[in-house]
Amino acid sequence: MTTGVIEGIPPDPILERREMVQRVARKTLGRRILISRGMVALSGTALILALVPLFAILYSLVEKGLRWWSVEFFTKVPQFPSLIDPNAIGGISNAIIGSLVIDGIAALFAIPIGVVAGLFLAESISKFASMLRTTAEIMTGLPSILLGIFAYQMIVIGFDEWGVKLPGIGFSGVAGSFAIGVLMIPVIMKASETALRGVPTPIREAGLALGARRGVIARKVVIPTALPGLITAVLLAFSRAVGETAPILWVIGASNMVEWNPRKEMASMPLQIFESATSPYVALRDEAWGIALFLVFVVLVINLGSRLFAAWLQRERR
Amino acid sequence: MAEMPAGPALATSESPLTEDAKRFSVKGDSAHWGVLYGVSGLFALICAVFIVSIVVSSIPAWRHSGLSIIYGRVWSQGTNSFGALPIIAGTLCTTAIALFFAIPIGVGAALAIVHLLPDRLRILLSSLVELLAAVPSVVYGLWGLLVLAPWFEKTVEPDLASITGGKFPFQAPPEGVSLLLAGCVLFVMILPMIVALSRDAIAVVPHDQFEGALSVGATKWQVLRKVVLPGARTGIVGAITLATARALGETVAVAMVIGLNPLFPPSLFSTASTLASTIALQFQDATPLQVAALGALALILMAMTAIVNWFGRRLVRGSASRAAVT
Repeated sequence: MTTGVIEGIPPDPILERREMVQRVARKTLGRRILISRGMVALSGTALILALVPLFAILYSLVEKGLRWWSVEFFTKVPQFPSLIDPNAIGGISNAIIGSLVIDGIAALFAIPIGVVAGLFLAESISKFASMLRTTAEIMTGLPSILLGIFAYQMIVIGFDEWGVKLPGIGFSGVAGSFAIGVLMIPVIMKASETALRGVPTPIREAGLALGARRGVIARKVVIPTALPGLITAVLLAFSRAVGETAPILWVIGASNMVEWNPRKEMASMPLQIFESATSPYVALRDEAWGIALFLVFVVLVINLGSRLFAAWLQRERR
Repeated sequence: MAEMPAGPALATSESPLTEDAKRFSVKGDSAHWGVLYGVSGLFALICAVFIVSIVVSSIPAWRHSGLSIIYGRVWSQGTNSFGALPIIAGTLCTTAIALFFAIPIGVGAALAIVHLLPDRLRILLSSLVELLAAVPSVVYGLWGLLVLAPWFEKTVEPDLASITGGKFPFQAPPEGVSLLLAGCVLFVMILPMIVALSRDAIAVVPHDQFEGALSVGATKWQVLRKVVLPGARTGIVGAITLATARALGETVAVAMVIGLNPLFPPSLFSTASTLASTIALQFQDATPLQVAALGALALILMAMTAIVNWFGRRLVRGSASRAAVT
């Protein structure tokens, strides 16, 4: 009805406008397509550029690191190269054991605190909970070196102010565990909150309706249901913690001995990489690649493993 | 985690609790709540002691130098002169260099991942980017020091100097270990974070809007620019902000490639220092007063990153972010 121009009535301005728009669109089409193709190509280039460093790093790691892997490398303790034998640098067994003990103790206290605090964030609507959430978020973004200072002040030299006295225990594995653990808690908290929130409230209410107490529901219903998510959360936090260097830089003492006692000075893989890479010995600098490859390998295995395990657990449930 | 729909994450963020959860969150079972409050209180206590210990550790330095720690221009441990302005400048410069490269490349790559790639490649690339985020920072430092530094010294920096005619800020001599190198290593480190978080923000822009704009004759780039990017703007800005906080505070990798020279860097090719790397490298053999001065640097760093972070979190909340990257 409105398509034609009816005698006596002025032409519809909307039609005129539509024609104008179509004219402009047609006229600019070639240019617009050209720009579009250019920009799309640019963003594809950006993607390729973003992948270059990834492959460059992986290439260097494998190319320069793999040849260090040997039985001695994993079982001996480090030694300084001498003039007679500049390649005799021993192994990294002390660093592997150190990392294991330090990160193990850290996980031991960080995981329960993190998961329970995550449950609190997921279940409470108090003001304290939302304050705590913000605190955890800010804590996860703080530079980890600050936790090194914290551990140094609290564990290494102790605290003695305002009548509160905590004796320091000196450079030790525990100090490293403390720093790493405090680093892990907020990460685990936030991730497990997300996982625990995924449990539908009606399921919890069904528990209440059966007369179960909240604690029982949390233990028997909520946590088992959210288990895949929780495992991923914990393992991702752990894989991040294993590679952290800054917080343990000057609190664990960097011992060259195999040491199982966490109250003594210990070594750790990331720290060993840092020390080797900045050392004046050529062989040690080279060896850093071997340790780095192993560290990346461990981190990626935990990281990928946790994702695959969670996906598998999820499928099994269904 | 990977296939989690935007729903729960959005609920977490917008209003922290859904109506359902509110109903559940009434009192009852005091033992249960006792444990929850106790453990959460413990974490809160640790955080409080953490902040107090940083503040307390820095007090002697503020007594010694006053506010000139912030605006002083000379940082010299030997003479106990603590002016952190050059160090703060170095921190801001490295971060700026990193962002200069990371923003266009990161956002461009995120756009490409979401809207240009076929599904299978998208999942593969997304996981690759996440793996890159999992590589420990000391490994980036190692790579920067042993691979990039020689390359920068022999090729990149001389070439840049000759192309630009050696004008500010590209004066010779090229040193390899330099402000530019630190910025570039930082760029590589924050890139995965920007890509992953912007990808999440871009992916939640409704596909209807994308198709709607295409159907009225817009080209792909027009849709991306006028519909997708504005829709994802908050999330992208949040991603950039969080990456900024990470770059400001990155310690070990920067410490390995910046050369630790607490002066105003005259050129991009000269050594410099950042707050975090200064703390890391000077702590070991510091006197108590110097430890306090480094504590003051830590306090400045903490304030900077906490503010940037808090701001970034608020922005990212709208888009589905993942604990894996942040």
